[in-house]
Amino acid sequence: MKSFNIAFKNLTRKRIRNILTIGGVAIAVAVLVSLFGFDAGYQKGLNNDIDKLGYHLLVTAKGCPYEAATLMLQGGGGLRYMEEDVYRRIIKDPRIDSITPQLVSSVYNQEGAGGRGSIALYMGIEKSYIGLKPWSKFKSGGWFSGNDVDEAIMGYEAAELEQRSIGDKIFIPGIGKVLTVVGIFERTGTQDDGIIFIPLASAQKIFNLPGKLTGIGIKLKDIHDIAKFEEDLYNEPGIQVISLAQVRGTILNLVSSARAMASSVALIAIFIAVIGVTNTILMSVFERTREIGMMKALGASAADIFKIIWIETTLICVIGGFLGMALAFFGSHIVEQIIRHALPYAPAGKLVFIRSQLLFASFLATVIMGLVAGTYPALRASLMKPIEAIRSGE
Amino acid sequence: MKECLIKTEKLTKIYKLPAEQIRAVRDIDLEIFAGDFISIMGPSGSGKTTLLDSLGCLTTITSGRLIVSGKDVSHANESELVSVRRKFISFVFQDFLLIPSLTVLENVMLPLYFARLPQDRNRAVEILEKVGLGHRINHLPKQISGGEKQRVAIARALAISPKLLLADEPTGNLDTKYAQEIFHIFKKLNQEGLTIVVTTHNPNLGSQASRIIYLQDGKIISENKPN
Repeated sequence: MKSFNIAFKNLTRKRIRNILTIGGVAIAVAVLVSLFGFDAGYQKGLNNDIDKLGYHLLVTAKGCPYEAATLMLQGGGGLRYMEEDVYRRIIKDPRIDSITPQLVSSVYNQEGAGGRGSIALYMGIEKSYIGLKPWSKFKSGGWFSGNDVDEAIMGYEAAELEQRSIGDKIFIPGIGKVLTVVGIFERTGTQDDGIIFIPLASAQKIFNLPGKLTGIGIKLKDIHDIAKFEEDLYNEPGIQVISLAQVRGTILNLVSSARAMASSVALIAIFIAVIGVTNTILMSVFERTREIGMMKALGASAADIFKIIWIETTLICVIGGFLGMALAFFGSHIVEQIIRHALPYAPAGKLVFIRSQLLFASFLATVIMGLVAGTYPALRASLMKPIEAIRSGE
Repeated sequence: MKECLIKTEKLTKIYKLPAEQIRAVRDIDLEIFAGDFISIMGPSGSGKTTLLDSLGCLTTITSGRLIVSGKDVSHANESELVSVRRKFISFVFQDFLLIPSLTVLENVMLPLYFARLPQDRNRAVEILEKVGLGHRINHLPKQISGGEKQRVAIARALAISPKLLLADEPTGNLDTKYAQEIFHIFKKLNQEGLTIVVTTHNPNLGSQASRIIYLQDGKIISENKPN
């Protein structure tokens, strides 16, 4: 017979009440774990997306930096164009390791997504694009046969979605152009997977944007030159330079207010759960006043009683915590769907990333919750005078 | 010469209520010797329970002296009283106060844990057999009768091998048959050397003790000593 056994068996009384309290803790912990899991997953996904862009800087037409940042990561066009001359001027800079021009255009396909309509992204690129992404490999086929040909290389998912293979003809709705698929990329886990690539010159022709670009990706020889390089480009008219660090910052800013709100909700949930546990245990202490008096009469010290009540509350919190963690773990898919729906930009890959460290930290948090919630009831119980407790209610 | 387990000198306990003071017991001079079987009798409100609580170190006394096993505990605080209780004294209450979520055996072993004594399961089973409950060890309190519950409470009180067993109206919630059974057990335990003090309303049961103390208005008015 140990304190733990006594405490554990006490929880089997008033089952419904204890189950409800455990449920409250479980929900609070699930919210907490999902939130931190989302935080970790989002940053990881974002970093992955940014790293896999392959370049340090992106030059775009002047506009809202938030818009540019999200559109850049989504592979979107931004629908602002700059002159190709800029590219020709920048390319001469000796600090540049590699540079690639791109022209992105989105086309609405009324028949897409099973008749609900979808947007297909086309990106005009040059061979240097591949040079910046050494991990990009062809699943089948290869590079375009020329610079101005009606050919396409499809991202893994784009090809998968339309069940395309090499030699297939794809039709650009609204424009009436037919392209031949010459290559399909392997999965990269980035937004590139959903894009249809075409030669830059062809893209400018097809979308009727001669001499226009939406962006220039630049990788520098020395990453420390970024600030100076940006400054030098500051005077170029009509463009802005976005460094990846900035993109990371802007995107995180974009979600930080939502995160702060969600954190407050999680903290409030935890707070309510703690109060719920305190209330449940306090009720149970009052109901057991005479038993506690009996235990004291039979030799239990104040510390013994304190320990039993503390273990009870901690058990409630830890059991609730484990349920909450399981809920967050197995429900992360649903949470991910909801978040993806609500966010302006969500990185590719898993959005809710629950690591063992997070689970361990949550476990510690539930133990602390239990200890905090149990302190007052345990103190009340331990300070009861045996005879007054036994005679109460007689 | 018998060992004196408890000695009181002018023991007085006053309850202070907001409007008045109640002298529950006053000027009690009493000696309890090893092997005594004492019943404390008297009308309701005569101070039986308060006297028992004071003798059992369950409450502090207001004035006078209380000496337990040669040690003056008149001014002891709660933690000192706890250690006296753990070593010498055990209790049986009117309504048993068993823990409903623990089995009969676990209830009996509970005081061993609080007294930091080894968890001797065999001994606990032995005690339960002694009170006729060897076949009930794995039952929960709700699965046994009132008389059996009180026998579990007695077994629980015996677990720490106390020198003194105090029972406050132990038969108050039992019918005549079960009440007689409980007194039968007390007599048997007393014959084996255990000192027992019982409060009771029931003169038939009370008269079975070897010493009978009558209380009225918090004072001892008479005592029938054995011949």
